[in-house]
Amino acid sequence: MSSETKQILTTDGIPLEVSLKKAEKKNKIKAFLLVAPLLLFLIITYIFPIGEMLFRSVDDRMVTNMLPKTFKAMEKWDGKELPSEEVFEAFYLDFKFLVEKKTFGKLATQLNYEKNGFKSILKKLQRKMKKFEQGNYKEQIMNVHKRWANVEYWRAIKRRAPDITYSKYLKAMDMYENEDGKISQVSEDRRVHRILWLRTLEIAFFVTILCFLMAYPIAHLLATLPMKYSNLLMICVLLPFWTSLLVRTASWMILLQQQGIVNDFFVWIGLVGEENRPEMMYNKTGTYVAMTQILLPFMVLPLYSVMKTISPSLMRAGKSLGGTPFVAFWKVYFPLTIPGIGAGCLLVFILAIGYYITPALVGGASGTLISNQIAFHMKSTLDWSFASAMGLMLLTGVLVIYWIYNKLVGVDNIKLG
Amino acid sequence: MALPKYTETRYRIWHYFYLFICTCVFFFLIAPLFVIFPLSFNAEEFLVFSDGMKRLDPDAFSLRWYKDMIYGTKNPWGLATKNSFIIATFATIGSVILGTVAALGLSSRHMPYKGIIMATLISPMIVPLIISGVAIFFFMAKAGLAATHTGIILAHIVLGTPFVVITVTATLSGFDHSVTRAASSLGSDPVNTFMKITLPLILPGVISGGLFAFVTSFDEVVVVLFLAGLENTTIPIQMWTGLREQLSPTILAVATCLIVLSTLILVTAELLRRRSERIRGISR
Repeated sequence: MSSETKQILTTDGIPLEVSLKKAEKKNKIKAFLLVAPLLLFLIITYIFPIGEMLFRSVDDRMVTNMLPKTFKAMEKWDGKELPSEEVFEAFYLDFKFLVEKKTFGKLATQLNYEKNGFKSILKKLQRKMKKFEQGNYKEQIMNVHKRWANVEYWRAIKRRAPDITYSKYLKAMDMYENEDGKISQVSEDRRVHRILWLRTLEIAFFVTILCFLMAYPIAHLLATLPMKYSNLLMICVLLPFWTSLLVRTASWMILLQQQGIVNDFFVWIGLVGEENRPEMMYNKTGTYVAMTQILLPFMVLPLYSVMKTISPSLMRAGKSLGGTPFVAFWKVYFPLTIPGIGAGCLLVFILAIGYYITPALVGGASGTLISNQIAFHMKSTLDWSFASAMGLMLLTGVLVIYWIYNKLVGVDNIKLG
Repeated sequence: MALPKYTETRYRIWHYFYLFICTCVFFFLIAPLFVIFPLSFNAEEFLVFSDGMKRLDPDAFSLRWYKDMIYGTKNPWGLATKNSFIIATFATIGSVILGTVAALGLSSRHMPYKGIIMATLISPMIVPLIISGVAIFFFMAKAGLAATHTGIILAHIVLGTPFVVITVTATLSGFDHSVTRAASSLGSDPVNTFMKITLPLILPGVISGGLFAFVTSFDEVVVVLFLAGLENTTIPIQMWTGLREQLSPTILAVATCLIVLSTLILVTAELLRRRSERIRGISR
């Protein structure tokens, strides 16, 4: 029977199945064409440049291109003792070319990232080089400064030979590749980045916890109060949410300053003496307080939208079945709010981990985060590849959290207000 | 929330304790904003409440910082305000158009690879601003758009579209597609159907997404810090510089104006949200 079933035909004589597939395909293309402009725009201006950051963070052709002869001559050098005259001559020729083109400053900057002290000896070499005679460059260069006779500096140059380097990533973890190609840690007093990563995680974690502890009761109150009161109280959550970040940071700067209202209050209730008002700004305390207040609405809103859907009769049922209010809350109400807790915590954590403005203004030296370090390298040291490397490490962390968030809550379930 | 009469004492105490905690948290949320108002009317240059202000002496209050904001010499605020409004307006228009069209496609049940595309479109909202700033800066520098209005507007469109996409897809989720089919069956072409049927119904969502995009652009400082030259200074940039160098009461005057503006936006957004919920309620 089944083999004899005739194909259903449309009026044009095309099988229905084919015709439906065609229509489906047409609809798919139509839907995709609507999304295409934005997708294309984002890919060009946003996704692609982030990819470029990846490229920039490992790209090391700049030095390779500046010292082509040197690296060619260095290929035969084993790196144990001082290189031969051949290398010195090649380096002299390369460097002379750079001086003529007036781009040797870039080389100095790059090599100084690799080893401190390069800048001054390159400058000195540039001054003395004019009087160099032909031949025997090894001796002449080594006479310019004693560091030129130090094999460490030549090894540092050789380390920059490959086109691709992951040294920036190691640097962001306070590690480096030493002469034998082994990865080792920088000396203890120079381990700044690991402290920053840990501090970023610590602050993001505790801000999330603080926000959760504060948001849970008020979200519950907002969800259970009658509409007319809760609408009024909702303004207390939404007004800060809509107010400029800088305005809110400014108000904390006024409140937390040494002659500020919070300190006045502490003195007034006798917590601290007039003379030893505590420093509450330009340190971690300032970052904690300001970030918690600024991120609190992002915790309240998801919690509220989940709590709003929980029927109050569930709690009543729990109590009528013999549970005390605490048991009813813990066994019935709390488990139902877990999706909201997850959403709120992940949102706040993601926002906190990449915070920049508030820590920069109220954080001082001990309250700054990894974002501030990225901005510092973008704007002050101009080591863009290092900034890119740190940015991508931060991004990877955030994407992992985002992925978890997506699995747990789904990105299309994000609600605003 | 009145407690029933039979509540035991310990639960009564617990309940009042809970209300006390809530009051404290609400106070923590909202009070910092109100410090700015009185201090912006300070007659003196310091950012503390003077003795005169504590006694409510009228002489201790003045409008001098507001005058300074508007008429001050070498005043950066005029240019900053103009730039901020121009950039935010164009960024909003761009975000709304691109975002709404994309949301229409995303809400279609025929859309292929919906999950990954949605995640891509929303990513500027999730990626830390500092990283967006670096990436966009690299692009704009290459395209020769650094330190131009166009560059900043494009950057803000990137940051603003996720909000439009989210609000409009949310509005469309309750949208009854049979009305558009009805329109087509009555002979309307797709553009006409969109303008006459779909758009009026999803308008609250579109406008509230636009408001988000506007505020995002108006308040954005991280990306602008990378992109702006002297000519492109915006209100947030000026506030940032002011807060870093010295906190002057003029900044508080500006901040007060910004709070008033955000209150207006909040009220509009709330009204729209309610209207949108009503419309969705009917169409369901």
